Amino acid sequence: MNGTDVKRSVAPVAPGVRLGQVSFVWRPWLVCVTLLLAAATFLVFCLSIGVGDFPIGLSRVIATIFGGGERVDEFVIMDLRMPRALAGLVVGIALGVSGALTQSIARNPLASPDILGITGGAGAVSVFLVTVSGGTAAAVVSAVGLSSAALAGGLGTGLLVYFLAWRRGIDGFRLILIGISVSAMMEAITTWLLVTADIKDVARAQAWLVGSLDNRSWSEVRVALWCTLVLLAVVFCVAFQFKPMHLGDEVAAGLGVRYAMVRAVLLLCAVLLAAVGVSAAGPVPFVALVAPQVAMRLARCPTPPMVASGMVGALLLIGADLVARTALPISLPVGVVTAAIGGPFLVYLLVRANLK
Amino acid sequence: MGTTAMERPLIRGTTKARRRRVVGLGTLVAVLVIAAAVSLAVGARALSPAEVWHGLFAAPDSDQRLTEIRLIVRTVRMPRTVLAIVAGIALGVGGALIQGYTRNPIADTGLLGVNSGASFAVVSVIAVFGFADPFQYVWFAFLGAAGSGVVVFGLASIGRGAGNPLTLALAGQGITVFLAAMTTAVALSDQASLNALRFWNAGSVAGVGFDVIWPVALFIAVGLVLAVTTLPALNLLNLGDDVARGLGVNIALSRTIGIAAITLLAGAATAACGPIAFLGLMVAHVARYLTGPDYRWLVPYAGLLGAVVLLLCDIVGRLVVRPGELDAGVVVALLGAPFFAALVWLGKFKGA
Repeated sequence: MNGTDVKRSVAPVAPGVRLGQVSFVWRPWLVCVTLLLAAATFLVFCLSIGVGDFPIGLSRVIATIFGGGERVDEFVIMDLRMPRALAGLVVGIALGVSGALTQSIARNPLASPDILGITGGAGAVSVFLVTVSGGTAAAVVSAVGLSSAALAGGLGTGLLVYFLAWRRGIDGFRLILIGISVSAMMEAITTWLLVTADIKDVARAQAWLVGSLDNRSWSEVRVALWCTLVLLAVVFCVAFQFKPMHLGDEVAAGLGVRYAMVRAVLLLCAVLLAAVGVSAAGPVPFVALVAPQVAMRLARCPTPPMVASGMVGALLLIGADLVARTALPISLPVGVVTAAIGGPFLVYLLVRANLK
Repeated sequence: MGTTAMERPLIRGTTKARRRRVVGLGTLVAVLVIAAAVSLAVGARALSPAEVWHGLFAAPDSDQRLTEIRLIVRTVRMPRTVLAIVAGIALGVGGALIQGYTRNPIADTGLLGVNSGASFAVVSVIAVFGFADPFQYVWFAFLGAAGSGVVVFGLASIGRGAGNPLTLALAGQGITVFLAAMTTAVALSDQASLNALRFWNAGSVAGVGFDVIWPVALFIAVGLVLAVTTLPALNLLNLGDDVARGLGVNIALSRTIGIAAITLLAGAATAACGPIAFLGLMVAHVARYLTGPDYRWLVPYAGLLGAVVLLLCDIVGRLVVRPGELDAGVVVALLGAPFFAALVWLGKFKGA
């Protein structure tokens, strides 16, 4: 947010751990927070599965997940509720990690996949497919599915932003501004499509545009799950090269990091993760922006911690979905709740930073 | 907030430069008049200059065809042309002022949360009262726009971060996202609201009558007067708060007036047309390129440019997707976004 968070990190030197070629700093507090977050995520995950028209107790949910439950529970949990909860988990992790990556690369807490055009592009493509019925649009939807088409749209827009922002290298500030302008174009196209469309299609498109976990099927979740796992593996492998980059490009180069390469790979991963998240749940707002900031504060880290950001993202998304389904008078898409939490949170960060 | 005799030549520049600026202003007015004439003539049914003239000034007579032309010109083309000019001036001046007061080259009136506040108000009153006529909800749109603008500015001026460009951008984004979520929540539970929202969101100068335009124009006129009174102080504020204070500027007062002016201008324009993004941002940059940093020249240029650009976008929107129409707000965004990207690419915003 501002200089104060960086200052806090200038603490006594933390002990290091070395395993062969790999070495990392041992931060007990970070590990502790991450484990607690993982436990909380698992709890909310099970709770989300248990709550519904046919309520199931927490112990039975856990038993069923690990294969020891009754037949009735198994059907309700594994076939009906699991895809939704799992979608929330996967999308939350993907968005959280994606946000942590983009914020670290751009060195700006404002940077998030929402701003880099990914959500805007995915939104424009899917609204186009929803509202323009018949012809090629219908053929595309039936051939590859709405999610995959949205994925392609988000990815294409993300890459467009990247190439437009490329000018002898990538500068974080330029990336954000180009992202804002490309997003605005995509939104203008979306708006126009909505104006010309049939009102029934508009309601469908609008619900998709807010981000929702309704009616997820196993096939959609499986694709998102595998894509996310592969991407996380890539991020994990490259992340060791990434740490020194927080010290600035020159220092990183001095420490033997090919920073342009590492940054390009991680930014691509961030774009892909966000696109996967958006294709599975629609452009859920603010998770990618808020999760890294929360994780950073909880873990008392100078930069967004990757694993903890993913956990906060999942916790936030599943929790918001639970609230959206149960606590409100009308059932709303999850995106409404995350935005309702995220907006004031941003303002809180701001006021707190200013009052210091 | 007068300047001393010694500073005056520094700010005003040479006589030659001043003459050039006056000529430029005259040229802009001429372009605006031509654009307005084209706007009256172009549309689903193209009219000749003579027909437009007749439609505007002739007394009613019995000729069927001429009566029809009179009707088109006076009730359809005339209001939308006037609205495009009025709203364009408001958004242009508002955009220049907000960039001046925040010292932020990417500031836009939409950034204040004005657009989202207006959208939320419109959707809410439609859902609650079932309003259908713009004349009924334009007031609520204005209240919503002004309310969220004030909240964003208030949040951005708490504590030490006041005046920091990023603070305002963040406060604006936080409020915008929150209100957008609330707007969606209402719209998804009420189909009439959803239907109104999608048209409102596009940003259009069509379909509003003079009964809406005159009151809106009144608010904008007040905003313009406030804007004019604050221009000399704004010039000094851009030298930095300390310098401005040393030169005798009452910083708090001049900020308050400026914010009031921006809120009135952006709020009224948004209430009448719906959210139109990028216009203020775009014309403020062109105006700065044309006039240099003196706000007493920059602001009138930005206002006239705003009117010209909004009019031209509306005309283009009428021509490109015939027989349909592209809303002016959509055209502005499709044109403004690449413009913005080009500015970024040329490295105009390095220090923001």
